[in-house]
Amino acid sequence: MPALLQISDLAVRYGPVRAVDGVSLQVPAGPFGLGLVGESGSGKSTIGRAVLRLAPAAGGCIRFDGTDVGSLRGAALKAYRRDVQIVFQDPDNSLNPRMRIGASIAEALRTHQIVPRRGEASRTGELLAEAGLESAFAQRYPHQLSGGQRQRVAIARALSVQPRLLVLDEPTSALDVRTQAHILELIARLRTERQLSYLLITHNFGVVSELCEQIAVLYLGKITEIGPTDALLRSPAHPYTRALRSAVPEVEVAGRRSRVVLPGDPPDAANPPYGCVFHPRCPLAVTRCRTEPPVLRSLGPGHQVACHRAEDMLAGLQMPTRR
Amino acid sequence: MSAGPAEGGRPPDTARLAISDLKISLGHREVVSITDLRLDHAEIVGLAGESGSGKSMTTLAILGLAHTIGASVTGSIMLDGRELTGLTPQALREIRGRRIAAIFQSPSTAFSPVHRVGTVMTKALRLHGSARSEAADRAAQAMRQVMLSPDLMRRYPSQLSGGQLQRVAIALALALRAEVLLADEPTSALDVTVQAEVLDLLRDLRDSDGMSVLFISHDIAVVAELCDRVAVMRQGLIVEQGPASRVLSSPANLYTAELLESVPKLPSRG
Amino acid sequence: MIQSPLAPPQAAVPRGQVLRRGLLANPLLLVGGGLVLLIVLAAIFAPLLAPLPGDAGAATHPFTVLQPPSAAHLFGTDQVGRDILSRAIYGTRVSPVIAAVVLVIACAIGVPLGVAAGYFGGWLDELIMRVTDVFLAFPPLLLALALAAVLPASLTSVTIAIAATWWPWYTRLIRGQAASVAGRPHVEACQVLGVSRSRIIFRHILPNSITPLLVQVPLDVGGVILTASALSFLGLGAQDPIPDWGLMTAEGQSYFTPDWWLVVFPGLAILLTAFAFNLLGDGLRDLLDPRRSFR
Repeated sequence: MPALLQISDLAVRYGPVRAVDGVSLQVPAGPFGLGLVGESGSGKSTIGRAVLRLAPAAGGCIRFDGTDVGSLRGAALKAYRRDVQIVFQDPDNSLNPRMRIGASIAEALRTHQIVPRRGEASRTGELLAEAGLESAFAQRYPHQLSGGQRQRVAIARALSVQPRLLVLDEPTSALDVRTQAHILELIARLRTERQLSYLLITHNFGVVSELCEQIAVLYLGKITEIGPTDALLRSPAHPYTRALRSAVPEVEVAGRRSRVVLPGDPPDAANPPYGCVFHPRCPLAVTRCRTEPPVLRSLGPGHQVACHRAEDMLAGLQMPTRR
Repeated sequence: MSAGPAEGGRPPDTARLAISDLKISLGHREVVSITDLRLDHAEIVGLAGESGSGKSMTTLAILGLAHTIGASVTGSIMLDGRELTGLTPQALREIRGRRIAAIFQSPSTAFSPVHRVGTVMTKALRLHGSARSEAADRAAQAMRQVMLSPDLMRRYPSQLSGGQLQRVAIALALALRAEVLLADEPTSALDVTVQAEVLDLLRDLRDSDGMSVLFISHDIAVVAELCDRVAVMRQGLIVEQGPASRVLSSPANLYTAELLESVPKLPSRG
Repeated sequence: MIQSPLAPPQAAVPRGQVLRRGLLANPLLLVGGGLVLLIVLAAIFAPLLAPLPGDAGAATHPFTVLQPPSAAHLFGTDQVGRDILSRAIYGTRVSPVIAAVVLVIACAIGVPLGVAAGYFGGWLDELIMRVTDVFLAFPPLLLALALAAVLPASLTSVTIAIAATWWPWYTRLIRGQAASVAGRPHVEACQVLGVSRSRIIFRHILPNSITPLLVQVPLDVGGVILTASALSFLGLGAQDPIPDWGLMTAEGQSYFTPDWWLVVFPGLAILLTAFAFNLLGDGLRDLLDPRRSFR
């Protein structure tokens, strides 16, 4: 049985820049969460946009339920719009400022005729309640809601068409930490209730560790490591994963732990380095890394890494640290 | 109200920055009321709070810029024993940048896009009394101190990354020999690995130069990592204050506990 | 988003309250709005306000020509004895109406073209903008003159001529706004939801793109009135006996010394009307400018 979402060798270009350069991923039917983690220029958001056909694929293939997404037209495309939805990062601009909340959600319902006209109001109320908002919110305008509330509305709207796959593009990055926790709780609850599959795009390892079974780490448009959340976070096989993990500020170990040093500056996507794209910043780089780009290879069940020194990493090779 | 006097029992007159009974009002509405907040020599104090807590207003008040958003300030803000509230704009201009420097969330908007960053730095130095050649030297020295090549001074802000710009902003503070740095969400817009570098830099400056940093952030985890002492703000009040290790391991206030609880937990490393 | 400290503190204030507060705090809007209201009322109630309504038309009074301002004729009489006050009052039915028609036409052309160019982009955008550029390259008065010269001299011609020079500005204005709105997440969300293009354009792009016009149109009323008056002054617009202020000024020119009232009062009417609308436009701009709204 094919995976719900199958991305094969995806390439997306913005002019000369290779935003996504040969990425392959799979998301099975729900409940399942795949985390796409990376920093700016990693291509993580672009992958999400490509899945939604907001960005054109220059190469490779995206298949949903076995069908090539790029070839969909007309009614089939509209049906796809029901199956896959997105929640954006910016709660301030995700809703039409001149439409009431209820109207925004009803628009989604009406586009796909989810319920008859007279049922719209009650369904809107149900959706808002599911997202943790009172049905009275339907009468309000976006500017009358807080950022967290707007994000809940965006989630309710996305779920109104009953999607099977949800792309969450940095859904909590613009929110306060307590609101962030609430939204993450909401996503966890919806995941169980609706058996959702989702692509969770973020730069924050903490967010994916709670919501995703599998994590893919991206750097400059390529996957550097992909594997089960626990394995990847406990024993990262790629130096970048380890550096990224180490850079995340944590409360528990504050003041006592050492941090992996990652020298240099973030990469220039227009001029990717030769060999391994990470080598200019990698403290473990050897000659081979400068000339030969590493290929994703399997290290264990579901765990792949693109690094010539992965075995050394797993065997306990230390990276330079500082307090 | 703050939770009693700062633990450690340091007398107020040794503090680099001492804020007492600070009240900031917008029209008739009092939005911030801080009884006691102190910043010592070679110390990083974190001011943690969510949006709307008043922490950014506090930054503006310390810099004497509260009137620019229509807010009025009463109370005492002492810098090395000198009262800042009620100073003339002239006197404040001499202090701003030179004795207290500030860096903000968006490094790209802190620099004029049509000037090279080096020009901005040397201009600021000369404004505060340096001779032309001295200014260039001090700027270059400061750039090296923040681990940036002085060659980057010739670049325009658009040619530098967010992390580099933030470091240039810190370099400017160093070049001006500012002893107190107000950092208002300086790393919120940066990638996490770049953020780590900037935090390291602030720690180094504290250790090597004795710099005092007031680090304002909504991210309690960053505050936890970086700061020696933590003050938690909520709706204009400091609800808890004390050494970081104490506040973070056994918070006395429910709100602080909630904030800490909200941080997503990572599985410990193997 | 995390706010920079220099951004005004956010509060979820209901829109009605903001408008009310803004109206009261904004003297420009009050004075401008008040004056405009007076002009509109004058236009509506002209037959009641004008002492001699007949004089606004083809009436002639050979025995009371060129009389200076007096109790009987507050603004004096013109070269055929018509009461200038009455004609000035009836003038409110001419120039402002021309302005209204011109601007409606300009919007009717400019808005759809601007939205199409901004939303669709690509070759359509190029085509529309190049045509717009061509029209924009002509000095407005000259183009209006050229058009008015080939058309028979009348108010209709003036209206068409000015509208032809005005629409490109609105196209450009709307296009920029529409392009920006088209890139916003809520529009992308609609695309992802499968909302039809026409609905996206009418419900999302259009309402969010026309805000600059709300300020620009009142400000332009003054400009159109001045242009229309200039054209009538040159003889290309209104013809006698229509009480157009520009025409009155033109006809009064030759009598200016010593009978200054034939020129001064219509001239003042033009000035006041343009001024009133400028104030209104400025007031609206201040009201809608988010950066000033918190004080």
